[in-house]
Amino acid sequence: MSTAAETKPKRTIIPFGPQHPVLPEPIHLDLVLEDEKVVEVIPSIGFIHRGLEKLVEIKDFQEMTYVAERICGICSCIHGHSYCEAIENIMNIIVPERAKYLRVFWDELSRIHSHILWAGLFADSFGFESLFMHSWRIRERIIDIVEETTGGRVIFGYCKIGGTRRDIANDRLKSVVTELKAIEKECHSITEVFAKDYSVKKRTKGIGMLSKDDAVKLGAVGPMMRASGIASDARKLGYAAYGNLKWEPITESGCDCHARLMVRCREIYQAFDLAYQAADKMPDGPIETKVTGNPTGEFAARLEQPRGEVIYYVKGNGTKNLARFRVRTPTFANIPPLLKALEGCELPDVPVIVLTIDPCISCAER
Amino acid sequence: MMTEQQPISMIQKSELPSKASEMFSRGYRLVYVCCTPGDPLEITYSFDKDYQLAAFRIQVPRAQAVIPSITGSYLCALTYENEMQDLFGIKVENLAVDFKGNFYKLQVKTPYKDAGPAQPKSDTGAQQK
Amino acid sequence: MSLMKIAGLVSSWALRKPATRLYPFVKRETFPHTRGHIEIDIAKCTFCTLCEKKCPTDAIAVDRAAKTWSIDRLRCISCNACVEACPRKCLSMANSYSPAMLEHGIQSFVQNAPAEK
Repeated sequence: MSTAAETKPKRTIIPFGPQHPVLPEPIHLDLVLEDEKVVEVIPSIGFIHRGLEKLVEIKDFQEMTYVAERICGICSCIHGHSYCEAIENIMNIIVPERAKYLRVFWDELSRIHSHILWAGLFADSFGFESLFMHSWRIRERIIDIVEETTGGRVIFGYCKIGGTRRDIANDRLKSVVTELKAIEKECHSITEVFAKDYSVKKRTKGIGMLSKDDAVKLGAVGPMMRASGIASDARKLGYAAYGNLKWEPITESGCDCHARLMVRCREIYQAFDLAYQAADKMPDGPIETKVTGNPTGEFAARLEQPRGEVIYYVKGNGTKNLARFRVRTPTFANIPPLLKALEGCELPDVPVIVLTIDPCISCAER
Repeated sequence: MMTEQQPISMIQKSELPSKASEMFSRGYRLVYVCCTPGDPLEITYSFDKDYQLAAFRIQVPRAQAVIPSITGSYLCALTYENEMQDLFGIKVENLAVDFKGNFYKLQVKTPYKDAGPAQPKSDTGAQQK
Repeated sequence: MSLMKIAGLVSSWALRKPATRLYPFVKRETFPHTRGHIEIDIAKCTFCTLCEKKCPTDAIAVDRAAKTWSIDRLRCISCNACVEACPRKCLSMANSYSPAMLEHGIQSFVQNAPAEK
């Protein structure tokens, strides 16, 4: 006869991270398991905390552009762009039209490279190494285009307050677009595997469910939110030249890992299309405006990074050092949805679910 | 350049939980919580619906910073409030999930607590022979 | 049931040249505008110290009395701010990365002859 104490399942705690083969950056999760099923997750972060927000006390507002670009390696392009948008707003600087379209062009290239990087890591998380290698091979061609036009492979370094630092000549722009069209054709070979392969579907369908209500209540952003059916994208605010381009947010209704995978794959092709539209409509003209004076006032700039909506709050007090500089990155906002999606899953599915939020922990902790 | 209006209204800290549940029932989502160092500390709560931002700001004295939690309406605020506890040394009451200072693993506790105005530039790297 | 969807891609690459290169025998070519490392034409420098002020990581040190311009290669982030700030255009960005070092040294350039008028 079994007593109540014998039939109660035993709980074990397994640490996930900070060092794990699937994680691009360290995060620590304590998984409370009952017999291979995850019951509770306790996160703790702080492994990459560099105190970048406190640097405003030492560096003036022009030098903070370089700090903002280096918060993260994968999303560095749009971090620099967001900082410049926020400062231009409080100083009432009008950016020339050509600079706005150039910013859109490079932002979309950054989105393509980030999503292909993520797709490769996601394939690696359930052991599909050849797909991982082929995705990163295609990504190398995008990075070569970026290095040729901006000067840096990882840190684009193209944005400055008042415009862009570098221009692309019109004939070079046409040949870049032709190269991008060839790369887009190659991307079909890997996204078709992600969409239709049996083993990919077996590992991702029905895993990591996040219902629409939970996504709203827990504050999910980016593809996490759009895969649960909520059509919201910060690019609709119309910053840079996005107001003049034709596009709609991509949503799926699956609410599981496979839906998030499909949202990101479709966003790759949408980003290619936006880059062609921006290159097509790019006007001639200057690429920068002169900046004088110091920033005063406060503003929160909202842009759409590959991982979701990023918020740059800056507050100036008339001196050349800012009073406050706060970055709310999409991975930080996606931590509560991650804790909810991990509940009830099996232990082998934990790396797959942790990777669906596209964790960029160096962004989350600054 | 974005030209949206971003209104900020000052409220008392005792009104915070009721304001948060009012925003939740009106369908707003919590966007970010920002704490600006200084004396008094200023904490801004920003909400968003249909791409429109609305924000509330409270002020608390730096020496005894105690604020009520809004995790009753917005469970996602637990990361922001635990971060404020760990970085600024603010005490948050009625937190739904309280990590008691262990959310951020840091060597120096509450590093932003005494953050203040700009300091002059220190020795440059190339000059240190 | 669609198994082995990747079979086509993998088998076509089995017949092609590999996509990787045999480093260090084959080195990667950088592009003309790649931000590699900073170089200076010391004969043109007037020691105005604008590059030292603009450098975000304080990697450059300028000694006007000793006519010396030094750079800490490990602090430099190749951001190009000094090149854009230099009024005499004596700084330039070369497109090869600075090599690995065995000890943390600072590279100095001394101006022996006076600057050309």
